[in-house]
Amino acid sequence: MKKTGDNYYDLLLEIQQVDFVIIELNLYLNTHPNDQAAIAQYNECVQRSIQLKRNFEALYGPLTSFGYSFSPTPWQWGKAPWPWQV
Amino acid sequence: MHTFRKKYRVYVSPYDPCPPMTKKTYETPPQLYLGFQPYGLPQYPPSEALRQGTLWPALYAPYQSPYKDKYGKREADE
Amino acid sequence: MWIYEKKLQYPVRVSKCDVRMAKFLIEQYGGADGELAAALRYLNQRYTVPDKVIGLLNDIGTEELAHLEMIATMVYKLTKDATAEEMERCGLGAHYANHDKALFYGNAAGVPWTATYIQAKGDPIADLYEDIAAEEKARATYQWLINMTDDTDLKDSLSFLREREIVHSQRFREAVEILKEERERKKVF
Repeated sequence: MKKTGDNYYDLLLEIQQVDFVIIELNLYLNTHPNDQAAIAQYNECVQRSIQLKRNFEALYGPLTSFGYSFSPTPWQWGKAPWPWQV
Repeated sequence: MHTFRKKYRVYVSPYDPCPPMTKKTYETPPQLYLGFQPYGLPQYPPSEALRQGTLWPALYAPYQSPYKDKYGKREADE
Repeated sequence: MWIYEKKLQYPVRVSKCDVRMAKFLIEQYGGADGELAAALRYLNQRYTVPDKVIGLLNDIGTEELAHLEMIATMVYKLTKDATAEEMERCGLGAHYANHDKALFYGNAAGVPWTATYIQAKGDPIADLYEDIAAEEKARATYQWLINMTDDTDLKDSLSFLREREIVHSQRFREAVEILKEERERKKVF
């Protein structure tokens, strides 16, 4: 696994940006469940987020545990850095 | 377009112990005016949305201290 | 069930070694209008509201946990390298005596968090109005915190959190409108 260079922050930021759009659309759709354009945009963003996370995880280890990401060997999940440390 | 900050004058008594702050401000952000959000409002691109804290310019209200310094010594916009 | 994601919702940066500010930021960690209170309020109310608005309470409650983590990150970064003397000088002596650098759910004055900060009335309108008020109070707290710092990076993160309160307030207001409707919604926009 790589160390956290500038690329770590850049790739993470890209994920944070897409995931933020997802959260905004999610909350919006909770009160606008019939907005088809927003649903289409939501689904596109989910697709993009999955791709970005797959790429990030290959370089820096899993972003999620409990079965939502595959693990390399050795077990990477517990390794620093944690979000509040970077 | 609404303003997101309102001002009001405060009564100044000759017996006030401290130098008066004659004007006070309070915030009136966009959720007070928008109503049920309509479909298809313009959006920020993702990088800007994260920076602003919302996807929609219609919900964005910048905030800056109304005071000139962090100790609130003087009020701005006299 | 919740899944933890190893990232902050927003990239928190603190660029000024201003331990003093940590004490004030704790208001949004374990204060009456803080992020812990917000998360627990919404996640608890969701059991007793109509189905139409459960999702909103569930998701905003979940987002508040991410905000709690952002506040914790700010406090952690500001205190991790402080000496006992610096902690004391910055008003955190009493905190240090009890907790060292550990975070603790209390407000800026050191009063421990209490469940009485939050209400669950079982009346969906009463609860949603409380939620709207909670968002406005949290927004106000972020304003006062922004007024107290000149660290541009810290202000940046606090401004993000303040803006989220605006968006949450907007959604809760929409939830009230949804509950006011006479029948299934057929709205033309």
